[in-house]
Amino acid sequence: MADDIDPVGSNQAGGAGANSGAVTVDKSRRRTLIAWTGAAGAVAGIGVAVPFVMSMFPSERARAAGAPIEVDLSKIEPGMMITEEWRGKPVWVLHRTEAMIGRVPDTDDVVADPKSRLPMQPDYARNELRSIKPDYLVLVGICTHLGCSPSQKLEVGEASGLGADWNGGFFCPCHGSKFDLAGRVFKGAPAPSNLEVPPHTYLSDTRLLIGEDSKRS
Amino acid sequence: MALMNSLVSWIDERFPLTSTFKQHLSEYYAPKNFNIWYYFGALSLLVLVIQIVTGIFLTMHYKPDAKLAFGSVEYIMRDVPWGWLIRYVHSTGASLFFLVVYLHMFRALMYGSYRKPRELLWILGVLIYLCLMAEAFFGYLLPWGQMSYWGAQVIVNLFAAVPFIGPDLAVWIRGDYVISDATLSRFFAFHVIAVPLALLGLVAAHLIALHEVGSNNPDGIEIKKNKDPATGVPLDGIPFHPYYTVKDSFGVAVFLAVFTVIVFFAPEMGGYFLEHNNFVPADPLKTPEHIAPVWYFTPYYSILRAVPPMFGSQFPGVLAMGAAVVILFLLPWLDRSPVKSIRYRGSLYKGALAAFVIAFLVLGYLGTEPTNVWGQFGSWLGGADRATVAARIFTIVYFLFFVLMPWYTRVDKTKPEPERVTS
Repeated sequence: MADDIDPVGSNQAGGAGANSGAVTVDKSRRRTLIAWTGAAGAVAGIGVAVPFVMSMFPSERARAAGAPIEVDLSKIEPGMMITEEWRGKPVWVLHRTEAMIGRVPDTDDVVADPKSRLPMQPDYARNELRSIKPDYLVLVGICTHLGCSPSQKLEVGEASGLGADWNGGFFCPCHGSKFDLAGRVFKGAPAPSNLEVPPHTYLSDTRLLIGEDSKRS
Repeated sequence: MALMNSLVSWIDERFPLTSTFKQHLSEYYAPKNFNIWYYFGALSLLVLVIQIVTGIFLTMHYKPDAKLAFGSVEYIMRDVPWGWLIRYVHSTGASLFFLVVYLHMFRALMYGSYRKPRELLWILGVLIYLCLMAEAFFGYLLPWGQMSYWGAQVIVNLFAAVPFIGPDLAVWIRGDYVISDATLSRFFAFHVIAVPLALLGLVAAHLIALHEVGSNNPDGIEIKKNKDPATGVPLDGIPFHPYYTVKDSFGVAVFLAVFTVIVFFAPEMGGYFLEHNNFVPADPLKTPEHIAPVWYFTPYYSILRAVPPMFGSQFPGVLAMGAAVVILFLLPWLDRSPVKSIRYRGSLYKGALAAFVIAFLVLGYLGTEPTNVWGQFGSWLGGADRATVAARIFTIVYFLFFVLMPWYTRVDKTKPEPERVTS
């Protein structure tokens, strides 16, 4: 550490500075002080960055607009589907008929994730039909591939335009992903997972709340 | 004249005017054998200026508000005096910016301009290219048409594929749960101030680095090796000004002739420069039938689509797309050839470069089309889309160009480099 203690001016010509009047510089202490000052500055820098980074998250107004929505199920005839807007995304509510429910297991062999292993649904919808009540299928109508909105192809067979063995479901026009009547993705489709089931809960037999789990029950 | 001289010397005592002019123009010695490929650096600087100037004037009339944006662009097109011209120059400039930058980068590939001592120059260039992509992406949302909206939706969703933090990251980028007014406003801020500032800084650094190491040339040899012993000026160098300022002026004239023909006669370029669907206002509940990015992003979009989802996630595709750009940074260290220029390289490198260019162009074309554009293979290949299979093959070719480079550049049979530049 000897060369860490330097008299100021010792590097001047002649080296005369080593004599009287020179101020001694403790370089080790100087380095420590610089390190601590730098660390304090870095902490302050991070602190200053926080408000800027946080300001880019959804505002209170956007959060409020993302609040749950209520759907009246009595207006949906069996076999029909409605589209509601939740957080700016289309949410489908399909009233499945007995025949539709019966056809869902038929596609078990051709879908990629028949048991809904991937977390694309709340736990209470992690079942064969991906729903709380078999009659009503609630899905976010956004393809899990790159965010397009698939079109409904609820007809069976040739009428759907998707071949004679089509069992009814959804077809994404962007990159050709197919989904069955439980929103399960077909094997070989570009979409990596089943359509998302949003959090939802029944307020009564005919009133559905989309965007919130039934935490209170 | 005397007044002028005294003014200059007054400034020189306070600001390095004359010395800066000499250092970067009248006494910056560039190789005398530049060919047509050396126009594109100057031309990209020209397009940058065009974009900044037209951008400033567009900002005077544009409204970064989801309710007003689409209408304000139509207002610029129909009601603002000469607004249609300013807007078409800006939109054409965006495409031509990428065109000249791609040609500029191809020049570097041909003549080994990324090799020592120009590694940092190349890295700064790739950073400029990244900024340019960000600038184009942010700018494309602003007209708030269907393609603006759904293009941004697709690209932001790429970030949602990042494991663990993905969904939160996507919400943070959008500032909302979907692409919305919040997204439009911040993209406007990035497009008109944040990215251009970074771009200008990087361009300045790119030029400073260039003038420090000196320009490469079609022979790929260093002109600084042969200097006039008396003056220290490279024997094969000529002052940038007036020689190359005049030459570049000619290139600018030809380029602007092409530019104006496009602006006046084909500003949409058949849907390649301005997509047809973007003349429809954004509708968050209705996806257009076919989403494709603008042509300059399509090679990477093809790579993204070519990689199948793995482990229930599309992240591998996103990773491949990112790697396709990031791998450019490594180029100076992948090339082990004893020579720089393609003139003295062997057939292995020439073949590899040709394969790379073909892969880039085919991927670019496929990215503009739906994946069923070439129909399907028969059942013997599981009925796979022909275009998807082609995209996978060319994605592999794209990456092999870089991955195998240390090998094929070393074993390649090169010719000896000349001592002085030729012709």
